Amino acid sequence: MSLTTTMTDGAQIVKVNAERIDAAMAIQFKEDMRTETEAGPERVILDLSEVQFIDSSGLGAIVAAMKQLGGSRRLDLAGLTPMVEKVFRLTRMDTIFDLYSSLSEATAPASANS
Amino acid sequence: MVKTFACSFTATNLDARSGVSSVVDRLRTLGIPAARADEVQIALTEAVNNVVEHAYAENNPGNVRIQAELSPERLWVSIQDAGAPYPDGELPEGKPADVNVPAKNLPEGGFGWFLIRELASQVQYERSEGSNNLSLCFEIQVTSPSAEG
Repeated sequence: MSLTTTMTDGAQIVKVNAERIDAAMAIQFKEDMRTETEAGPERVILDLSEVQFIDSSGLGAIVAAMKQLGGSRRLDLAGLTPMVEKVFRLTRMDTIFDLYSSLSEATAPASANS
Repeated sequence: MVKTFACSFTATNLDARSGVSSVVDRLRTLGIPAARADEVQIALTEAVNNVVEHAYAENNPGNVRIQAELSPERLWVSIQDAGAPYPDGELPEGKPADVNVPAKNLPEGGFGWFLIRELASQVQYERSEGSNNLSLCFEIQVTSPSAEG
């Protein structure tokens, strides 16, 4: 599992450089996210544009990554590919996170999103 | 015309990943629409993950066999293993996760059976001669003529 962090105005972007977040790598992903987001801005954007497949273990790991940020920070999701979006929608986890179709949409000025 | 094929692998996360991928790749070449193949992949992955995580002990993974039977209108996929039976011999109900809770109480698992039951049109489970036989049915509209030949 490889994560890449970029800092922008007011947000930390964490890009997942993997095609899958599945049972084989869910624990590693959660631990890497903990390291990556130990300190930083209130808003973290997880860039999932490289991820083609996620299973329930991967979904649980993303929920865990959000929870370990604590109550004062938030995790937004960007660039969901069709299969990843399907798993979020079916499990209704799409109602828990703010989902953006692309990273540029997620980082657009707030006025453009309202 | 009914097409059948099968594959076997050891019940580890990595072997399960490649085993499920090989089955789904084969289904795609047989003309299953891409979106349906995605759904089969999700359900099949959850079913096989359960074998890896629950049926076999972690230090002693046994064999998993997937058999697929594709007819023009439906696909049956069966998953067979020689691990522990489901508790009480019954499949989990697969309730949807409760998302109307404070973030810190959100579930980090237990989505698998909900996904399987959402995506498969029929689910059958049989325990016989020390084996688990789980069969999932998917309604299919085959788009490519390759599946009819």
